[in-house]
Amino acid sequence: MKTPAEYYMRDRRLHPPAYAPGYKTSVARSPRQALISLENTVSEITGPRFGHSDIAEGDNDLLTNYAAAGESAIGERIILHGRVLDQEAKPVRNTLVEVWQANAGGRYRHKKDNYLAPMDPNFGGCGRILTDDDGYYFFRTVKPGAYPWPNQVNNWRPAHVHFSVFGSAFAQRLITQCYFEGDPLIPICPIVQTIPDQAAIDRLTARLDMNQTIPFDAIAYRFDIVLRGRRSTLFENRLEGN
Amino acid sequence: MRDPQNYLPETASQTAGPYVHIGLVPSDTGIKIYDHELGRDIAGPNAKGERIRVQGRLIDGNGAALKDGLIEVWQANAAGVYAHPESSGAVEEGFRGWGRVIADFDSGAWFFETVKPGAGPGRSGARQAPHISLWIVARGINIGLNTRLYFDDEGAANDADPVLGRIDPPHRRDTLIATRDDSGDTPVYRFDIRLQGDRETVFFDI
Repeated sequence: MKTPAEYYMRDRRLHPPAYAPGYKTSVARSPRQALISLENTVSEITGPRFGHSDIAEGDNDLLTNYAAAGESAIGERIILHGRVLDQEAKPVRNTLVEVWQANAGGRYRHKKDNYLAPMDPNFGGCGRILTDDDGYYFFRTVKPGAYPWPNQVNNWRPAHVHFSVFGSAFAQRLITQCYFEGDPLIPICPIVQTIPDQAAIDRLTARLDMNQTIPFDAIAYRFDIVLRGRRSTLFENRLEGN
Repeated sequence: MRDPQNYLPETASQTAGPYVHIGLVPSDTGIKIYDHELGRDIAGPNAKGERIRVQGRLIDGNGAALKDGLIEVWQANAAGVYAHPESSGAVEEGFRGWGRVIADFDSGAWFFETVKPGAGPGRSGARQAPHISLWIVARGINIGLNTRLYFDDEGAANDADPVLGRIDPPHRRDTLIATRDDSGDTPVYRFDIRLQGDRETVFFDI
């Protein structure tokens, strides 16, 4: 009987713990019991797949995907791009990458956001794309602004873009946030600092990428994403194909 | 950046935050950008099997319902086959087995409609009882929580299920069993998810 090959165990030291009291909302929303470890079954090594019929050309252009004809979002024009890889540095192909963010002033287009910075009528704040054969993705957008949030009295989120990535298995599902190189709010953000490992925080920081910057058009930032890797297929305890 | 074996470290998780809807279900917050929003139809019109509704709430450690949570669903069809090449067998045309739902902004109630999944293969020849995998994200949740929903009218299969069998103490298994209600036109399974405290739902490290 074939047993599906497992994904590498998640290294939870590189992820934030559920209970991180500096981020106050986590206090009542974190399990107190230990997680039950589950060896992967077919339920975990499979996951949804997406195709080009699911998305439209231009869904990855936040400068224009909500703008009136001939208009564009206001703010610092950027290209946010990178690759989705697994832990063995292999490209994760044809996987869905979704993003959402505030506008250049730090305001979200959401009924629950009542920050006094104004909405940009030509900016919606979401985008999506499928990675190509090299695992590559890119978005055009504006650099989001910092915004205040009710945690401590005077906490401000660094500029960030939320990322959602699927991979090819439910076990690889990941949501994270991308920050921008040099932002002095990063080291004092309680949400960033839920991550115990400084190198893991650094890997969430997109780097200025002058090589992909388009003169007189848009500044580029590079953000690579790594999903869990996977063992070779095992039949019982016998390695096959190694 | 690599460890001594040259494996890349996985990208760290961060909370989905309170505005997750903008990115994953934009029309629910009034943003009309996509022609085709993903995750709305789990089973499709051609799927065989019993049509069911699953509903519940996400409840925090104070007993309050989360009004900003998002749940993703992953399941097999009625024959126990996933819409994925590593699952043996074929699914009906249009059967996706994946969906996403959000808690209502006012009440915190969520629901989805699908077909009841069939039993499928487990590890090393074992059978798994019918179940739906769930992945939960929200403000205050730093890394998505994995759990499973089982069905209370599958008692014998549940008793033999190898995943439920791992849960110790055994009474915690009950937190993963949805309760069937046949009083309406469509069978409803009720499944409240308690993040913390009394009768805390079992969450898995998959």
